[in-house]
Amino acid sequence: MARGVTIEHVSFGYGATPVLADITLDVARGEFFAFLGPSGSGKTTLLRLIAGFGTPSSGRIRIGERDITGLPPWSRNVGMVFQSYALWPHLTVAKNVAFGLERRRLARADVERKVKDALALVGLAAFADRRPAQLSGGQQQRVALARTLVIEPEVLLLDEPLSNLDAKLRVDMRAELRQLQRKLGITAIYVTHDQEEANAIADRIAVLDQGCIQQIGAPLELYDHPANRFVATFLGTANLIDGRIENGRFSAEGFALDGIAGAAGPACISIRPQDVAVGAAGTGVAATVTEREFLGGITRYRMRVGRQSLVVDVPHRRGSEPYAVGSQVGLVIDPRCVTVLR
Amino acid sequence: MSSLPTIAAPPPSLAVRLGASPAQVVALAAIALFLLAFLIIPIVRVIVVAFTGPDGFTLVHFGDFFATGLLREAFWNSIYVGVMTVVVASLIAVPLATILSRFRFRGAALIHTLGVVPLVMPPFVGAVAMQLIYGRNGAINLLLLDWFGFRIPFMDGLNGVIFVEALHYFPFILLNLSASLANIDSAMEESAQNLGAHGFTLFSRIVFPLALPGYVAGAALVFVKVFDDLATPLLLNVTNMLAPQAYLKITSVGITDPMGYVISVIMIICSLGGMALAGLALKGRDFATQQRGGGGLARRSLGPAGNAIAAVFVVLVLLLVLSPHIGIFLLSIATVWSFAVLPDGYTLAHYATIFREAAPLISNTVLYCGLAGLIDVILGGMLAYLVLRTRLPGRRLVEQVAMSAVAVPGLVLGIGLLRTYYDVKLPFTGEPLATFWFMLVIAYAVRRLPYALSAATAALQQLHVSLEEAAENLGAGKLTTLNRIVVPLIVGGLLAGFVTSFATAAVELSATLLLVARAPDAPLAYGIYVYMQSAAGRGPGAALGVIAVVVVAVATYLAYRVAERERGLKARELL
Repeated sequence: MARGVTIEHVSFGYGATPVLADITLDVARGEFFAFLGPSGSGKTTLLRLIAGFGTPSSGRIRIGERDITGLPPWSRNVGMVFQSYALWPHLTVAKNVAFGLERRRLARADVERKVKDALALVGLAAFADRRPAQLSGGQQQRVALARTLVIEPEVLLLDEPLSNLDAKLRVDMRAELRQLQRKLGITAIYVTHDQEEANAIADRIAVLDQGCIQQIGAPLELYDHPANRFVATFLGTANLIDGRIENGRFSAEGFALDGIAGAAGPACISIRPQDVAVGAAGTGVAATVTEREFLGGITRYRMRVGRQSLVVDVPHRRGSEPYAVGSQVGLVIDPRCVTVLR
Repeated sequence: MSSLPTIAAPPPSLAVRLGASPAQVVALAAIALFLLAFLIIPIVRVIVVAFTGPDGFTLVHFGDFFATGLLREAFWNSIYVGVMTVVVASLIAVPLATILSRFRFRGAALIHTLGVVPLVMPPFVGAVAMQLIYGRNGAINLLLLDWFGFRIPFMDGLNGVIFVEALHYFPFILLNLSASLANIDSAMEESAQNLGAHGFTLFSRIVFPLALPGYVAGAALVFVKVFDDLATPLLLNVTNMLAPQAYLKITSVGITDPMGYVISVIMIICSLGGMALAGLALKGRDFATQQRGGGGLARRSLGPAGNAIAAVFVVLVLLLVLSPHIGIFLLSIATVWSFAVLPDGYTLAHYATIFREAAPLISNTVLYCGLAGLIDVILGGMLAYLVLRTRLPGRRLVEQVAMSAVAVPGLVLGIGLLRTYYDVKLPFTGEPLATFWFMLVIAYAVRRLPYALSAATAALQQLHVSLEEAAENLGAGKLTTLNRIVVPLIVGGLLAGFVTSFATAAVELSATLLLVARAPDAPLAYGIYVYMQSAAGRGPGAALGVIAVVVVAVATYLAYRVAERERGLKARELL
């Protein structure tokens, strides 16, 4: 039975070193939620607190209505898939999967049936009697998943589960994981440092940095409306420009933009590289091309505008002639594509 | 039609076909020759003699062995002592390893010390002191008799051997099991907890099976060591075991008596059998390589009661473990210590005696063991390099032969060397080669070669081959690369190997007892043994023992420091 997770004002530290500060968030029932952040952001620590590996120094963690803050890991009924898979090398695949069911004192016949079903679910029915060492990385990953799903946990926790797979397999497994989660209707929390992975798989994302939640939202919302500098630059590329807003006009050294709503005073704006339109010199703001990188689908330019340097992406079509380094161009920026950051 | 012009490739040179330079071929051949002459031939000689009668091949000697009541008894006694030592050592080591790696315990440093202290003193040195403390009329039993009116037969007969050996060798189990426990990835345990396991289920289903390889490896080592030990039973007056019987047959009946060889063969079989059994138990169970990360298990708090119990246990074991050291020290400064809880009076006279008489013993030990260590480092370093960096055919075989010296009892090697080289006379003096002092050096070197080889192999394995390739790419030849890159980077490992060889050879007695022919050639360990034989010599013997312990302790500490420093350097390189 899937349940939501509520985290209320949770803080945690090792000795005097704070790791998590006042974390509050809600994961809805059946939602696929991601904790996204760089290493050291506290995302794995937060996941481990939900699993019971560590106790918050303050705050509560609830699963559904049940407060599990003080419960030991073995009484929580949350399933966790470890980054290293943590398959026990001395047990066969079937025994690995059966382990959690045996702890729940199920009848032998039920254990066997459920193990079989779980292995079939991840497409490994034929591998029941193998040892983990005899499986490929992707297969081990599936066993780890089966072992966790078979106990029908109230919440599924995934700690960078795809980081040990090669690039292609990672993309396949990602889709498969998503399908499986939809099919089972289970609540899932997924830890990753890879924004693309989080965007592709999650309904909502909590972006963490230095032990604090920076922003929570759907992938598109985070990308289009980042709340601060960290989120703007961590999810995709962004041009950040410091300046002032005065009467709907943003101005920085040698750069000005009209139609920017926001409180008067110092401000920082964020512009995505693809939201800048490049035209012939004379249109819009005058700019000079200083660098050019051809990336396939797009050409990425670095342009100088006054004393600012902007990254600008131009889609590439066959036959289109790129601007030469040193050439003069004009930039047009739609004020609706500009985000004013706090 | 015209055919493409072809350029005839020159036939591959011998060096290319062998995947090695001529110098490397010569080096491997030299090592192989050394092992052939001083390990394989002597052992084969022992085996051949055991199966040879007046008319060639015979099993009569083995029939005689099992027909003789005393020898049958000796056989079972040796097995019994080996197994019981493992049991008693486990009772000490398993709780210590568990406390160390699973719980937060403030006395952890104490346990680490416990793991090393026994190793710096050979069991036979402590045996006499143990007799005085735990014997029938020793300190503990005198107190027990006084207060409670009973005694505990710690040291009676085989019990004594088991007690002394267990106290001495339990660190092998402690160290191996601790390492095994430390290698378990904490996610292994956490995933089990996540699926609902804790407490005893968690331990018995997950932690223990994963740590089993370390335990079994340690237990097998203890069994083999105990089986091989000659001096401890002799000093405790226990002669109805295999090693003392073989020694007595060779030294009293003579070098031609086949029974000594039969016993040797049986000792080899038991030693190999013990190791093979361990290997079989561990087949397909080498989990260390299958686990990523590592990082060890999470340590949990013991709670006040648990802490108290653990502290009492650790202190008790510490007292037990230190008792031979304390005993030997007291004995070395005692006027008379007999039928008394403590010595009657104290004196430094024994040390004066030792400094008058024993200087040659010490200088001999330094000379022999220094040379043996040097030979080991050179051979071990070369062999490790040849195995890991060339494709020479036969290199693995030579490595395996070198490593097999671990399973060869020192006594058996001594008998083999004696038999093989007794008839080879030295030029000028006409002395048998077997009893020439250098044969001791060779015996030590052969027996300790596995330590130096493992140390060199480990050091070289950590050295990525690209470091050498980079040097070659910049124009350095094989020899320059070896001198400028490889040797400087593994010198720490080699040094650790040298010290280990030196320290363990300094207290080796099984082969020594057989190969020492003249008193002026005798090393320290032999001197201790001879002194300890007589009641009057116990004081000076104990004083010598204290000196040996100090020497070995200093050497071990140095090896530890070198290893630590190396690790520190390596860690910095990675940062």
